[in-house]
Amino acid sequence: MDIIITGLLLGGTYALIAFGLNMQYGVARIMNLANGEFLVLGALAAFWIFVADSISPILTMLIVAPLAFFGNWVIYKALLMPLVRRAKNKGQLEVDSILATFGMSFALVGIMVSIHGEYFTYSYLAEPFEIVGETFALNRIVAFCFAVLIGVALWLWLFFTRPGMAMRAVSVSTEASGLVGINVQKMSALAFALGGAVTTMGGTLISTFITLDASVGVIFTMKALIIIIMGGVGDIRGAIVAALILGLVETTVARLIDPGLTLAAAYAIFVLVLLFRPQGLFGRKPT
Amino acid sequence: MSHENEFKSLVWGAVLLLLAACVPLVANGYWMSIALTIAMFTVLATSWSLFSGPTHYISLATAAFFGVGGYLVGTGMSDYNMDFWTMVAIAPVVGAVLAFLIGIATLRLSGVYFVIFTLGLAEMIRTMVSWIQNNFTGSRGLYVLTDLTEADIYIYLVILAAVVYLAGWWINRSRLGFALRIIGNDETVARHVGINTATSKVILFTFSGFVAALVGALIAPRYTYIEPNGVFSPELSFIVVIMALLGGTGRLWGPIVGVIPFALLQEYINANYSSYSTLVMGIAFLVIVYFLPRGVVGRIEQLLAKRGRSTW
Repeated sequence: MDIIITGLLLGGTYALIAFGLNMQYGVARIMNLANGEFLVLGALAAFWIFVADSISPILTMLIVAPLAFFGNWVIYKALLMPLVRRAKNKGQLEVDSILATFGMSFALVGIMVSIHGEYFTYSYLAEPFEIVGETFALNRIVAFCFAVLIGVALWLWLFFTRPGMAMRAVSVSTEASGLVGINVQKMSALAFALGGAVTTMGGTLISTFITLDASVGVIFTMKALIIIIMGGVGDIRGAIVAALILGLVETTVARLIDPGLTLAAAYAIFVLVLLFRPQGLFGRKPT
Repeated sequence: MSHENEFKSLVWGAVLLLLAACVPLVANGYWMSIALTIAMFTVLATSWSLFSGPTHYISLATAAFFGVGGYLVGTGMSDYNMDFWTMVAIAPVVGAVLAFLIGIATLRLSGVYFVIFTLGLAEMIRTMVSWIQNNFTGSRGLYVLTDLTEADIYIYLVILAAVVYLAGWWINRSRLGFALRIIGNDETVARHVGINTATSKVILFTFSGFVAALVGALIAPRYTYIEPNGVFSPELSFIVVIMALLGGTGRLWGPIVGVIPFALLQEYINANYSSYSTLVMGIAFLVIVYFLPRGVVGRIEQLLAKRGRSTW
């Protein structure tokens, strides 16, 4: 029981991170491997502001989100647009964007290490909290609730507003949505920026209960990627289920076998998905 | 390329390799160690680009295979009292089998899956090996004690480089190389003209895994002390990618053009500004993508072609 709830709480935060990357990959068609570094930036900001002025990470999140939005928008416009224009086909854009975002990822790690090279240790709401007779850390529950809140807000926006609908259209087909009068470039930039902001908020939330350091971003990028592939690219429902599965499996392995093997467990899931359901949990086989 | 031209480039290659083999006669200490690093990365980057050059699949698994090679030598010699050369014979086979399995699982699918999978592979093997060591074998560090000097290892690596170059030259001429070039241009077309795309990719990837594990095994005596955290450092994969792309993967001799300057740059940065090495790698990636998409060799060929058109 304890494992299940902890796993689900962790999975909820994973879902939020994967949501961010899903927007960047599903709509803007950029496999952003610097995604995890934005997560760490969110964590770094939370740590920094909390240590300096003991301001709650939840408030920090509200400050960080617009900054991350703007930062990602600039990155898309300045660095990724030229690649999109240059690419002759989908494959080339993929390779170029992977290499470019690797570069950004390393550059960001380098900058963050020079800002704060050690662990971002701080303690926020590390109090016990009781659910169905078992105790959990309050910060995990708060993080989970905010992750759900942000997720629901985004879902409402995507499914019940005009820009949200336009964004879903772009994710289905860039060509067709261009034909029906959607500004694809604007939508892609928006999706990329929004995705980055969501991931950064996820990082701020995660930093309340996991201690991060400057170079850990790539691990989270991988987890987000595994979730997206397991859930199916662009499939929100699949991503949520996948994130919960990943959270559960990781917690189970960490508790019952060894905490050092969580990555191996994530990999095992990944291999199984690749071998048996490469189109995602709920995806249909391409014809 | 005509046969005469090919013969010429073979002779040139042989002369350069002989010159490279003479380095231990003139270099000593510090420079020998740099030459060894360059030789190691030349082999790794060239075998990497044999697979990734024509297919455009970015493999980040080099560190995993390299680590497997180094670690097997370490564990074989320390834990099981095996001979160094026996382990050198076993390691690349294990690397190749591993590469084959990964290739089968991921290369049937689109390129992104492959990149993501290889991205964390070294890290995963490292955590598994550490876990096994902590819980079952008990030893943490492994000693590789041989009487090989850096110059000896260097010579082995130069010989290996020669083998890799020959293999690359042969692959380029063979049906396999032709198939890979078509896959790189358009995988759908390749499939429609009857190329078994998965098999071709897996063969080449297996070869690069074999070579990387062999390099890891051969160079193990250099470090004497093998620790999972050291040999499975994911950074190695990225350095190999940067070097190969910096030089250019369009030609067989492209990667070495990137290996030499980047190895020297890294040496300099690590000696003087070690905290900036990650930042430098990031900048190198960005420079390659935005200014040298076909590498230095590609850029030079482009310039030569332009000049050729204007003068003649």
